[in-house]
Amino acid sequence: MTERFILKVEDLTVSFDGFKAVDHLSFYVEPNECRVIIGPNGAGKTTVLDLICGRTKATEGSVQFKNKELLAMREDQIVHAGVGRKFQTPSVYEDLTVFENLELSYPKGHGVFGALAFKRDAAVRARIADIAETIFLDDQLDEKAAFLSHGQKQWLEIGMLLIQDPELLMLDEPVAGMSVAERKKTAELLNRIIQDRSVIVIEHDMGFVADIATRVTVLHQGKTLSEGTMERVQNDPKVVEVYLGH
Amino acid sequence: MFADYSMSELGAIFAMQGFAGLILFSVFVLMALGLAIIFGQMGVINMAHGEFMILGAYVTYLTSNLFADHLPFLFGTYFFVAMIFAFLISGALGLLVEWSLIRHLYKRPLDTLLATWGLSLILQQTYRSIFGAREVGVSIPDWMMGSLPLTDLIEVPINGIFVMVLAVSISLAVYVMMFRSRWGKQVRAINQNRVMAGAVGINTEWTDRLTFGIGCGVAGVAGSAFTMIGSTGPTAGQLYIVDTFLVVVFGGAGSLLGTIASAFSISQAQSIMEFFLSGSMAKVLTLLVVVGILMIRPQGLFSLKLRK
Amino acid sequence: MQSSAFMTRKELIGFLILAALIFIVFPVALDNFRLNLFGKYLTYAFVAVGLALCWGAGGILSLGQGVFFGLGGYCMAMFLKLEASTPENTAIQSTPGIPDFMDWNQLKELPWWWEPFYSLPIALAAVVAVPVIFAFIIGVAMFTRRVGGVYFAIITQAFAAIMTILIIGQQGYTGGVNGITDLRTLMGWDIRTDEAKTILYFVNGALLFVVLLVAQYVRKSKLGRLLIAMRDQEDRVRFSGYNVANFKIFIFCLGAAFAGIGGAMFTLQVGFMSPTLVGIVPSIEMVIFCAVGGRLSILGAVYGALLVNWAKTSLSESFPELWLLGLGALFIAVVMFFPNGLAGVWSEKIEPRLLALFNQKKPSRPTPDGAPAE
Ligand SMILES: Nc1ncnc2c1ncn2[C@@H]1O[C@H](COP(=O)(O)OP(=O)(O)OP(=O)(O)O)[C@@H](O)[C@H]1O
Ligand SMILES: [Mg+2]
Repeated sequence: MTERFILKVEDLTVSFDGFKAVDHLSFYVEPNECRVIIGPNGAGKTTVLDLICGRTKATEGSVQFKNKELLAMREDQIVHAGVGRKFQTPSVYEDLTVFENLELSYPKGHGVFGALAFKRDAAVRARIADIAETIFLDDQLDEKAAFLSHGQKQWLEIGMLLIQDPELLMLDEPVAGMSVAERKKTAELLNRIIQDRSVIVIEHDMGFVADIATRVTVLHQGKTLSEGTMERVQNDPKVVEVYLGH
Repeated sequence: MFADYSMSELGAIFAMQGFAGLILFSVFVLMALGLAIIFGQMGVINMAHGEFMILGAYVTYLTSNLFADHLPFLFGTYFFVAMIFAFLISGALGLLVEWSLIRHLYKRPLDTLLATWGLSLILQQTYRSIFGAREVGVSIPDWMMGSLPLTDLIEVPINGIFVMVLAVSISLAVYVMMFRSRWGKQVRAINQNRVMAGAVGINTEWTDRLTFGIGCGVAGVAGSAFTMIGSTGPTAGQLYIVDTFLVVVFGGAGSLLGTIASAFSISQAQSIMEFFLSGSMAKVLTLLVVVGILMIRPQGLFSLKLRK
Repeated sequence: MQSSAFMTRKELIGFLILAALIFIVFPVALDNFRLNLFGKYLTYAFVAVGLALCWGAGGILSLGQGVFFGLGGYCMAMFLKLEASTPENTAIQSTPGIPDFMDWNQLKELPWWWEPFYSLPIALAAVVAVPVIFAFIIGVAMFTRRVGGVYFAIITQAFAAIMTILIIGQQGYTGGVNGITDLRTLMGWDIRTDEAKTILYFVNGALLFVVLLVAQYVRKSKLGRLLIAMRDQEDRVRFSGYNVANFKIFIFCLGAAFAGIGGAMFTLQVGFMSPTLVGIVPSIEMVIFCAVGGRLSILGAVYGALLVNWAKTSLSESFPELWLLGLGALFIAVVMFFPNGLAGVWSEKIEPRLLALFNQKKPSRPTPDGAPAE
């Protein structure tokens, strides 16, 4: 029997000096699902992603990805297992060019000696050119990342994840701080890249959420408040009260 | 190394060396306190801290000469006056240095380290030009000499007790200032969120300068205490900078209690081991143990959890 | 497209100019004494090049490079000392056949850990291996626990302090304050003659170029770009699937290996090794060589080492007081006004003008080499 869920989060808890930012949280993600996590500021959304990708150590619980326990793994091992993560504030290497930014994320030569021996061959160039086109940056390949606009940096970071071809992609507020035009382009980009992988997205923009979500989880004070399709969640009186109401 | 001594002898040795280590402890606490305030609260590494201490020591030396020459009948009290002078003069130099140098480097901690090292070289050379390369010593007032016999084996040096009481009171005063005074609140606010603190009307520039000045002033007082255990020379401060940094890091930067505890353990370990080993090996062993512990537990003995 | 080539034409010219200076200009222009002096300066350049990789590219500031320089130097010195301490040479000692300082300290036999240094291959291997193993231990302990920045700087400085106190304290085994002195021959070849010193100068220069080429390769490899990426966005690198600690350990060990070679060449050319080259002060001075040259530039590091040391020798000969003031001011000035050192001044100020002068075309943009490190 093949496993029904690609990601199983069970009883996940983290406490910062007694303050439980995530509190016995459980949820399950299916292959090819786009799960959106919404919730008020400080609900613990970013912390959930931090726990899954190993940036914050969990106090208790388990996170299983393709039946492997992630909580016992180092960050880079989690990445190699197939989990990619975008941060809330764009993090790209400002001193390097767009090309080099993408190249460093190319999934080859990750050991010390692999990195020393890494060659920029035709396959690498082709793949980078390909990704650059997807993220609308094919004209800026030689530009230093520092000179990109905020939206372009967000795209670049998404591109850096795409090039790794992760099975689970986690995006923390990918359209925050973008102009309307950039937002539209990003929605289009996301719709394209979520096709054949599982995705967890954190987002506040409800129109955008409705557009991409398979299922929605509403987080409040580190716990699930409601879960289901967009429609169901939107009509849940509890959700309306704590989050959507204002 | 303990085999040659009986239990009671060992007890007496530990006690004696422990009391002898009190002055070292006081110097460490005061130095580390200044350094910790500056480093813990502002993230600045002050490599010239030892030179601020030595400035305090020179001020103490000058004051003692002044009293000996002009106010011999008040000589017993010169130390108190010297401490105040040391605090004021080192503190004033600290303000000046913050204004001219440090404030330009707040976001570059490694660079402050190099720049303040440069400053320390300049200060050393300045001391050498003014006071000469030879080390100078102060004469200790009569009432601080000698020791109180505790048992027939154990004696307690009076100046040790005096300096320690002093160090602890200054630590307490700084503690109270940090948590009670307006300045303390502002420092802590800036430490948590500099931009926000500025936005709600805290004068971050002036608070930083004052913090740096107070840190250096306390180092000056450490210099006064230092005159009791060592002779003052242009490069004497440099010898203390590594120990002091280790005291701060070992105690867990940002924790006042941790700083005191770690100053105590390091100075005592060193002082007690000095009896059994040569001075240099005692020092090597102490430093190695501290560094070893820091390698296993980099956050130090006491540490606050902060969000990165 | 990006040049991932090993060396651009401009860099090649830089390498050639330096080669011409070291192999032609200095030997022709300087007398034997000065040439040996410059050879000594160049041994510091090994350390500075390593620092340009660790600190400039990787953001890892070590204030303990003197330890590695010293370890390399002492390994070499131990071999030479054993060779100089033949029973015939030391016949007047109460225990002939052991180094003189051991005899003065009433040692009756050679400590066991000195024994391997009778063998030149082992000694040469140790010159690199001992510093690297030491750096590896420190690196693993610190970097896997994510200790970096000023903490790392302080811990490495503590090591420099410990090392000097230990060497000075253990006179009988190390030669104490004076170090290991009175070194004479290398496999029977007298290293004290003018001719030997000239040959050693060239060997030193050649080794420096090997080190520079290795550094250049690392800088231009993906690992070099990863270091820069780590310096700016460590988490992003980590979450791109790299074990960041391993890269830091590697570059720290590489820097230690360079320093060890430099130390060994120092011993050979100057004829002694002592704790004054190990401690806090020399270690931090090595950082300033790198900073003056431009912390990102490996060629700059060589010029920095040459220039600062040359200034030190000429100033402290005539005005010893001025030298400390000058060095102090140099630290401050470099940090405050020239964070990219000579390399920065060159690529931002001088080069564009030169280019404009030579070919009346428009001057090119400053190279990324000159980019600020913060
Ligand atoms: N390392 C930490 N130490 C202490 N508290 C933390 C830490 N990480 C997160 N928190 C706290 O946990 C809570 C949840 O934070 P989190 O960043 O996950 O919220 P969020 O839902 O992503 O909010 P936003 O919508 O603003 O991004 C917050 O109150 C935050 O202050
Ligand atoms: Mg968030």
